[in-house]
Amino acid sequence: MSTEHAAEHAVAHAPNAGEYVAHHLTYLNTTGHKQTALVDWSVLNIDTLFFSIAMGVVGVGLLWLAARKATSGVPGRFQGFVELLVEMVSDQAKGIIHSETSRKFVSPLALTVFIWVFFMNAMDFLPVDLLPRIWEGIYGSMGGDPHHAYLRVVPTADINATFGMSFTVLLICLYYNMKIKGVGGWIHELFTAPFGSHPVLWPVNFCMQLIEFAAKTISHGMRLFGNMFAGELIFMLIALMGAAWTGFNAPSILLFFGHFVAGLAWTLFHILVVALQAFIFMMLTLVYVGQAHEGH
Amino acid sequence: MNLNATLIAQAVVFLVFVVFTMKFVWPPITVALDERAKKIADGLAAADKAKTDLANAEKRAVEELKSARESATELRSGAEKQANQLIEDARAEAARIVAAAREAAEAEAAVAAQRAREALREQVATLAVAGAEKILRKEINAQAHADLLAQLKSEL
Repeated sequence: MSTEHAAEHAVAHAPNAGEYVAHHLTYLNTTGHKQTALVDWSVLNIDTLFFSIAMGVVGVGLLWLAARKATSGVPGRFQGFVELLVEMVSDQAKGIIHSETSRKFVSPLALTVFIWVFFMNAMDFLPVDLLPRIWEGIYGSMGGDPHHAYLRVVPTADINATFGMSFTVLLICLYYNMKIKGVGGWIHELFTAPFGSHPVLWPVNFCMQLIEFAAKTISHGMRLFGNMFAGELIFMLIALMGAAWTGFNAPSILLFFGHFVAGLAWTLFHILVVALQAFIFMMLTLVYVGQAHEGH
Repeated sequence: MNLNATLIAQAVVFLVFVVFTMKFVWPPITVALDERAKKIADGLAAADKAKTDLANAEKRAVEELKSARESATELRSGAEKQANQLIEDARAEAARIVAAAREAAEAEAAVAAQRAREALREQVATLAVAGAEKILRKEINAQAHADLLAQLKSEL
């Protein structure tokens, strides 16, 4: 699929490899063109929001379907599978967070993170050109310029999405820090941990704490973003191999074969990455919230 | 890698999904799981209870059987004793009846013998008189020899 589309693309508009990748890495945002400023709070990435909400509705909706008909009698296969997920998340949460009342919020939080991130990551399994080409057709038929029909389908390959989640986790951590230790206790900890309570060490401790929070949050969001962005990029590069088709000649056939083999291998490997990154994001969420419960 | 308002929108969407999961997904499933665990625990406890109940019932049944057997033996020996007693009584009664009958028969026989003897005596006296008449060839005055005849009668 991606081969054909990329090939058509190459014939019709003849973009070079760099233009193809750049086009694929441009978001469909509210301005209609590529965002140039590093930070611009007036812009929304419509594609990221659309696909993340869609995947959330699908993922959480599936859980809800099972929960709606949940019976304490003999469960069906679907309910059994959802129960398996719930048990897995619940066990992890029990091992990390010892407060029963916190778990009432944190366990569903972890389940949501896992299922949502998994489904968002899984958008990578769709052929890399499928949805962008469909969108090009729709956009063109609406009178737009197909060259500017941008669409990115993997929400977690957008740093706004991953940071949006990791910042939310940070806010939850700050809330639990204050709830468990009290505002005074937490401020005391900010200045006296990890090195000690001597007044000379207060600024050092405070700086360490700030760095710790920043490092946790940024690495949390960056890890998922980096993995998914790299995965998407490699799918594009693999698609480019097929896009180099110029007819039945040796290099084209070789590249087509390479496209097939590399695409298969990377998709298979990506199944692991998708599930693993969703799991890691969930586990880090639990660990960070768990740390907010523990005094230094 | 450009930051924009998507970040805030994503955070809001995230929280909405988390709250939805917390309200509508997590509780029914965990409740179902807990309930099932309780049902299984109850079932196991009931099975254990049934097992002990069965053992108790078997023990009781064995005891009942034993006591029933004992009382049956007791009854049988009592009945045997009573039967023996009855037979003894009947035997004694029979012996008594036989003895009484023999006594009555003997008495009757004695009376009959006596009567026969009396009759014989009468006839003997008559015969003797007739014999004597024949011998003496003369009429004997029965009246005159009544004493003699009475004496003869008593001698017989």
